[in-house]
Amino acid sequence: MAPPIRVLVAKPGLDGHDRGAKIIARALRDAGMEVIYTGLRQTPEMIVNAALQEDVQFIGLSILSGAHNAIVPRILDLLREKDMMDVKLVIGGTIPDQDAESLKKQGVAAVFQPGASLDSIVTFIRGSAAN
Amino acid sequence: MKTAERSFSTISGVPVDPVYGPDDLSALDPTRDVPAPGEFPYTRGIHRDMYRGKLWTMRQFSGFATPEETNRRYHYLLSQGQTGLSVAFDLPTLMGYDAGHPLAEGEVGKCGASVCSLEDMEILFRGIPLGDVTVSMTINSPASVLWAMYLAVAEQQGVDWSRLSGTLQNDILKEYIAQKEYIFPPRPSMRLVTDSIEFGARHTPRFNPISISGYHIREAGSTAVQELAFTLRDGVEYVDWALERGLAIDDFAPRLSFFFNAHSDFFEEIAKYRAARKIWALLMRDRYGAKSERSAKLRFHAQTAGCSLTWQQPNNNIMRTAFQAMAAVLGGAQSLHTNSLDEAYALPSEDAVTLALRTQQVLAYETGVTNTADPLGGSYFLEKLTLDTEEAANRYIRQIDDMGGMIPAIEAGFPQTEIASASYRYQKEIEAGERIIVGVNRFQSGDHPPELLQIDESAGQHQEQKLAALRQRRNQAQVQKTLDALQRAAESPTENTMPYLLDAVRAYATLGEICDSLRKVFGAYQETAHL
Repeated sequence: MAPPIRVLVAKPGLDGHDRGAKIIARALRDAGMEVIYTGLRQTPEMIVNAALQEDVQFIGLSILSGAHNAIVPRILDLLREKDMMDVKLVIGGTIPDQDAESLKKQGVAAVFQPGASLDSIVTFIRGSAAN
Repeated sequence: MKTAERSFSTISGVPVDPVYGPDDLSALDPTRDVPAPGEFPYTRGIHRDMYRGKLWTMRQFSGFATPEETNRRYHYLLSQGQTGLSVAFDLPTLMGYDAGHPLAEGEVGKCGASVCSLEDMEILFRGIPLGDVTVSMTINSPASVLWAMYLAVAEQQGVDWSRLSGTLQNDILKEYIAQKEYIFPPRPSMRLVTDSIEFGARHTPRFNPISISGYHIREAGSTAVQELAFTLRDGVEYVDWALERGLAIDDFAPRLSFFFNAHSDFFEEIAKYRAARKIWALLMRDRYGAKSERSAKLRFHAQTAGCSLTWQQPNNNIMRTAFQAMAAVLGGAQSLHTNSLDEAYALPSEDAVTLALRTQQVLAYETGVTNTADPLGGSYFLEKLTLDTEEAANRYIRQIDDMGGMIPAIEAGFPQTEIASASYRYQKEIEAGERIIVGVNRFQSGDHPPELLQIDESAGQHQEQKLAALRQRRNQAQVQKTLDALQRAAESPTENTMPYLLDAVRAYATLGEICDSLRKVFGAYQETAHL
């Protein structure tokens, strides 16, 4: 049997609305993945360091504050700097369509907008881990 | 679908019978439990004539980008018939950081207006007479700092503090429980809240120094009963701290105000507001021996449920909001915010917020629901639901009493875990199709994103430039002197910090500088995440 998929769920920025992050963490865990939840107010440096320490295949970011265009590129830069581009970055939250497209072009693996089903997120991560 | 296969329950999962009748109300004593509106315990409302005497205040929560832009929006809203203001601050302000702080990067002006100093507060209320317009401020951990700025602007306008009317949210407990915008640990935070309640009791007799809030608890995914119980138990905690400070119950309880969510389950919400008034009135009389009627009357603001808004088919949010607003009004709200159709995406555009305000105006002037007090009183179903909600909330309240109060309960992660479980259960019901969200898991069609309000990085640059100029202009020695005095006051637990905060803001010490002085004394809080 393959070892379980490891996912870091993180809340960057100053926003404290963690309902979505917690639901995703539980859902991924219920789907058999190993989930590390960072808690709130993580800087890009803290998130990338945690991903390195925990040896995860995925980072899931929950962003609802509109700060994604400032935060996400910095995380991608740090992943490149640390030669960690094999870690896939997945984002969930209130990300408008045009920003979602631009973030994907910059290297984000997937963007899940409000209303996305838990099932679609689990399916994406499983599929992406198998590749 | 055949009826036999469907389960019938409220949105919070409370089972609902096919029909209700007199037998369901055997425990109800009409004269004790539901006397006329305006009579203790106010289940049916706090006023005899309710909206015939005075409509609710239409108060749209609003703030974005710079204080200059937000001030323009306030003038617009007042010109459109809005009757009170409600300030939304951005995340750096909520967390006590100035624009330009590394943690404020990308966040200035995004979720509300950026206010870094008294200068920004002056701009925010330019041309708005604070003696005439009531103002609500959604600010919690640094609430007393922003309130000091507000009081200083009133001074400049020549308005006596005794004439000021409005509300400071200032409810730190629900931050630890739900919204998570905290700076300091719980006990020093409670001391700051108590300082403002004490100061308010002496100097601002018409201002509510706190709005004890269930809204955010519900948004975090709680049930209606959890929202009600945790909010009222938070209220008990504030009362206990104020009494401990030496205040008499009837000197401050009349100015405690509340804030509830208006979610989608129509009758469950109305029952929640009715039960809230009854439980609070009984707590005031029986637990605290309050003598003043005003102490026992629970007054509340309601906001429609942001978490019920969908990204898919955003126009549907107009209808959701209208039904939710009607529940708040039938439940006897004193003031109301209606969400805009585009708020699953971003802060609302001017067109969207105008439509949300019009929704309240149609409700107030066209539907007839304001003609009589508590028009649904006596409904078998509603009265039964009110009784059941009261009983379930009281069970939670006793449970938290047994844990030693809300702070130990928070430290044990109790309310946080209860909410996270309820929120996960609700999401699973949507996933399984047991709960239908129109446009999301049934009746889907193509989505047409609305025209959105754009806030770019220029707000941050503007705020940073203004701060740099302010630092050049102000008397630096005076700033340092007031900050040192504040720090000494914070170190002395018997000193009220409000006069020192007023001195610091009058000297144009910035929000970040003031909060840093307090961080030195109180430390910063880190929660243990409870999944």
